[in-house]
Amino acid sequence: MATYDLNDSRKPLDPVQLHHVVRQFGQQRVIDNLDLSLAAGEFVALLGASGSGKTTLLRSLAGLDSIDVGHLRVPRARAAVFQEPRLMPWKRAWKNVVLGLHLDNAKGRAIEALTEVGLAHRVNAYPATLSGGEAQRVALARALVREPELLLLDEPFAALDALTRIRMHELIIQLWRKHNPAVLLVTHDVDEAILLADRVIVLAEGKIAQQVHINLPRARHGGQAGFQAIRAQLLALLGVEPHAQAAPQQAQAAHG
Amino acid sequence: MSAPPRSGGYLVVDKSSILPGSKPLRRWRAPAFLVRIASPLVLLLFWQLASQLGWLPSSIIAGPVQIGGTLWDMIASGELARHMLISLQRAVLGLLIGVAIGLSAALVSGLSKGGEIVLDSPMQMLRTIPSLALVPLFILWFGIGEFTKVALIVLGTTFPVYLNVFAGIRSIDPKLIEAGNTLGLSRGELIWHVILPGALPSFFVGLRYALGISWLALVFVEQINTTSGIGYLASDARDFMRTDVIVICLLIYSVLGLLIDGLIRTLERFALAWRPSFVRN
Repeated sequence: MATYDLNDSRKPLDPVQLHHVVRQFGQQRVIDNLDLSLAAGEFVALLGASGSGKTTLLRSLAGLDSIDVGHLRVPRARAAVFQEPRLMPWKRAWKNVVLGLHLDNAKGRAIEALTEVGLAHRVNAYPATLSGGEAQRVALARALVREPELLLLDEPFAALDALTRIRMHELIIQLWRKHNPAVLLVTHDVDEAILLADRVIVLAEGKIAQQVHINLPRARHGGQAGFQAIRAQLLALLGVEPHAQAAPQQAQAAHG
Repeated sequence: MSAPPRSGGYLVVDKSSILPGSKPLRRWRAPAFLVRIASPLVLLLFWQLASQLGWLPSSIIAGPVQIGGTLWDMIASGELARHMLISLQRAVLGLLIGVAIGLSAALVSGLSKGGEIVLDSPMQMLRTIPSLALVPLFILWFGIGEFTKVALIVLGTTFPVYLNVFAGIRSIDPKLIEAGNTLGLSRGELIWHVILPGALPSFFVGLRYALGISWLALVFVEQINTTSGIGYLASDARDFMRTDVIVICLLIYSVLGLLIDGLIRTLERFALAWRPSFVRN
């Protein structure tokens, strides 16, 4: 079920590698001597309370923030999806997807990518006409059309309604299997982390407090044997003590 | 429909099953446009009546029929078209140059810190001077020819464009800039795909202001020592107490203003088609 791996062996081929990384704002160390590596095609979820350094870490990996000390290696082919879709409102969906790419058959590639996320019918739509879930799928298509080796997801489902979120979980797994990038998902949602990730990292005060390998077979759901045990363990690490008898009843989270 | 009966602790609404509005008898109704123009027409009628009865002497204001006749004469002789064209030329030329200067300055100071340091404070200082207050100085420098007239329009239109475009560039959602950076856009691509389209709505706001100001400046400059243009017609008419011509000049100003506003509106509809207000229509 759950295995603990504090000294994971670093293979030289790991596309993402951080050694002794420090990032501080003024006197406050947001990332404190962090070691982390992601294997190719690995799906890692990053959990942590607000201010634990999750977002700062993701921003450094996305190239939006620098580090103060340490060694950071990250593939150039990387893409990010944020909580807000961040689409250019003045560009139609397909133009947003291929923005910044210099392709011969840009529209064809964009249509392909939009079809993959189930939006073949919204190719020419302006972002203002898309629903929250649709806009987020365009953002996902925009990330995947770049064939990233590393896909960074910063709470991409947090602003979506519960039903849309379940569908997005299915979609992200399906796309991850097809394109097989390494994924780093920052989330507040423990269930989401267990449903999606190979490995869940709990960050506290800029350090890895604990990491848990999730060996549950896919497709996962909340009622799976072992799911609730991992959930309780992660919640405890995050400072939430669930009621002992409440845990088995929480089988509502499920996805394919 | 019956009054809701009181029964126990409930409020009951019991409406008859016949929908209201399906009455067979319908009275004739005037079309909407007729209703709309009715009151202006009545006003015009009163005006004409007052002129004809001598309550409103033509030295105060001419009657509608007289104005119409003069308008027709001026159109037929080509006099009106000639003056209108010259006024339009001045306005458009001044507007074009003013917008070009304002836009370039806003791009320089909006897109670079250095540009802002060099350009922004002088622009902010200059904009507080009412452009028409510079007329004496401009006449001393450039004489009273065409140059001064256009230069005053340029001066008046530069600042609204500058201020709005500068603010538009600076108020673009930083998250979109960040998205552009994560997508690997070069600086040029970022400006072209993100910053300029993002500042476009503000540019149109500035353009509208500039338009209003150019019209105001036009009225003013055409009344100082000119021999052509709508403003000249008006000041000439004043000397001969031709109130009909003065009214015609006012009409022309408003029609030209409406035309250019309509043009900008069309441009906006085309260029800002992505905005939610346009998208939903």
